[in-house]
Amino acid sequence: MSNHIIDLQGIDKSFGDTRVLENFSLYIRENEFITLLGPSGCGKTTILRIIGGFEQPDAGKVLYKGADIASVPPNKRNFNTVFQKYSLFPHMNIFENVAFGLRIKKMPEVEIRKKVSRALEIVNLPGFEERYPDSLSGGQQQRVAIARAIVCEPEVLLFDEPLGALDLKLRQGMQHELKKLREALGITFVYVTHDQEEALTMSDTIVVMSNGEIQQIGTPVDIYNEPKNRFVARFIGESNIVEGVMHEDFHVRFAEHEFTCVDGGFEKEEKVDVVIRPEDIKIVPKGEGMLSGVVKSVYFKGVHYEMQVQTGETDWMVQSTLMEEAGKEVGISIFPNDIHIMKKTRV
Amino acid sequence: MKKLCKKAYFYFILIFLYAPILTLVVFSFNDAKSRGKWGGFSLRWYKELFHNSQIMDALVTTIVLALLAAFISTVIGTVAALALHKSGTRLRKSMINLTYLPMLNSDIVTGVSLMLLFTFFHLDLGFVTLLLSHITFCIPYVILSVMPKLYGMNQSVFEAALDLGASQLQAYKKIVLPDILPGIISGFLMSITLSIDDFVISFFNTGNGVKNISILVYTSKTGVKPENYALSSIMFGAVLILLLIINIKEKKKSTEVNY
Repeated sequence: MSNHIIDLQGIDKSFGDTRVLENFSLYIRENEFITLLGPSGCGKTTILRIIGGFEQPDAGKVLYKGADIASVPPNKRNFNTVFQKYSLFPHMNIFENVAFGLRIKKMPEVEIRKKVSRALEIVNLPGFEERYPDSLSGGQQQRVAIARAIVCEPEVLLFDEPLGALDLKLRQGMQHELKKLREALGITFVYVTHDQEEALTMSDTIVVMSNGEIQQIGTPVDIYNEPKNRFVARFIGESNIVEGVMHEDFHVRFAEHEFTCVDGGFEKEEKVDVVIRPEDIKIVPKGEGMLSGVVKSVYFKGVHYEMQVQTGETDWMVQSTLMEEAGKEVGISIFPNDIHIMKKTRV
Repeated sequence: MKKLCKKAYFYFILIFLYAPILTLVVFSFNDAKSRGKWGGFSLRWYKELFHNSQIMDALVTTIVLALLAAFISTVIGTVAALALHKSGTRLRKSMINLTYLPMLNSDIVTGVSLMLLFTFFHLDLGFVTLLLSHITFCIPYVILSVMPKLYGMNQSVFEAALDLGASQLQAYKKIVLPDILPGIISGFLMSITLSIDDFVISFFNTGNGVKNISILVYTSKTGVKPENYALSSIMFGAVLILLLIINIKEKKKSTEVNY
């Protein structure tokens, strides 16, 4: 409890007739990189805006180091936000943009100069002081936005899909920089995104959300390898989800075949969802393996081939660096470790 | 050939637009009193203009009236636009339509209704009522020119200022106002032009001998005299210089940004 920097307790929030959050609770530990991940409209940005003070919760508590700050305005909170659309001040040059927060605090000019150039160094933009925002590329503008936020030395840095407008290459570069930045600053990062790859790459903790509810909280590895339900399995990475029956611990039947697995703790003959990642399915010569089927289609994806294999009633998505011809009869083999069993979610 | 036609067409339009003004300027320097004959170059009408106390009084009234009306309506209009921008969609839409209505309304309706209102409240018609009426018809134009700037603004810029520790007032002053300033200035200039131009509304809402230029000219029993050519030429020159200043400033600014 002592290392919680932010505690959200029983938050309700509606916009008009639409209820976005209902009895939402979450704690954020000091110095962690926590990512709220979910499709658009799941309430993740609303949570960020409640933490930032831009929205008031209808009910519930927002605790900062144990004190309720629900009614404290954003300018009185020691948090800073990096917005989705950069939001630089267009009529100010880069120096003035970064210096804005310090000027509001009435810091002496000498100190402002020192801090601004330090912040611009951290985001790798030294010498940009005299430029104006609209002469900068998207990636550069986003770095200025980050410099403008970190120069105020906040205890929590909030990110609202900051890389959404950048192209893939730039996004990947910025992901590494953000991760390094967090390690260098040693402060709490709360990051909102709908991009699962971004979340997996950077976060210490991922909170997967849907319809204003938390589906799963865990480390990136946990979330990827042990999704709790269909939604998480589908949202994080690609997966084959089939229905199965758990005969007893470590024995599951799906796709008209008996498999050994490593999961237990289910009722006898309980109906379950079985998740198998496409890269965990091995294609073997016809007659070998556990299932036999036909390759329906093949797509080249760069690093790997993506193939559709049909066995009986079931379609499998398979990713492999080796290509099989479409129409070829093949076998399929799945190792016990790669079979992940989930309880059926009520629909 | 096609190029030549294009050019000729362009010059034809220019001539069409500017020939009357050019004639006016030329005849303001005409020594003869005739409207049709050239009697040699002279500054006679300019001298007479500056010695005509009636015209000079009207000119002062016009300028003071235009500046005051433009300033007050710009303040009111800008504040109104900020409030409308912040309010809910339904209220905003109906309010905007309500402010646009007077712009479409014919001047005579606006003029007579304002006069009736002033009389109803027992206000003596004079400079104050003239000013009030000008402020009234300028406000919608200010709102109209400020609104698009507010909508063109990145909405999270205001929140970014709050986020960095600025109070709401500081955020408006330091971030929002500089951003929408071009809209405010163009609203102000438009108000000046409208105020100088107006005759119908002014005519119904003045009294006590207070006259602006348009009232003086329209109600003159002697008709249009050559002094008026001189006056019109000066007014045209002033507007031209104003326009040039604005254009040069804009150009300078755009080259500054795009290096």
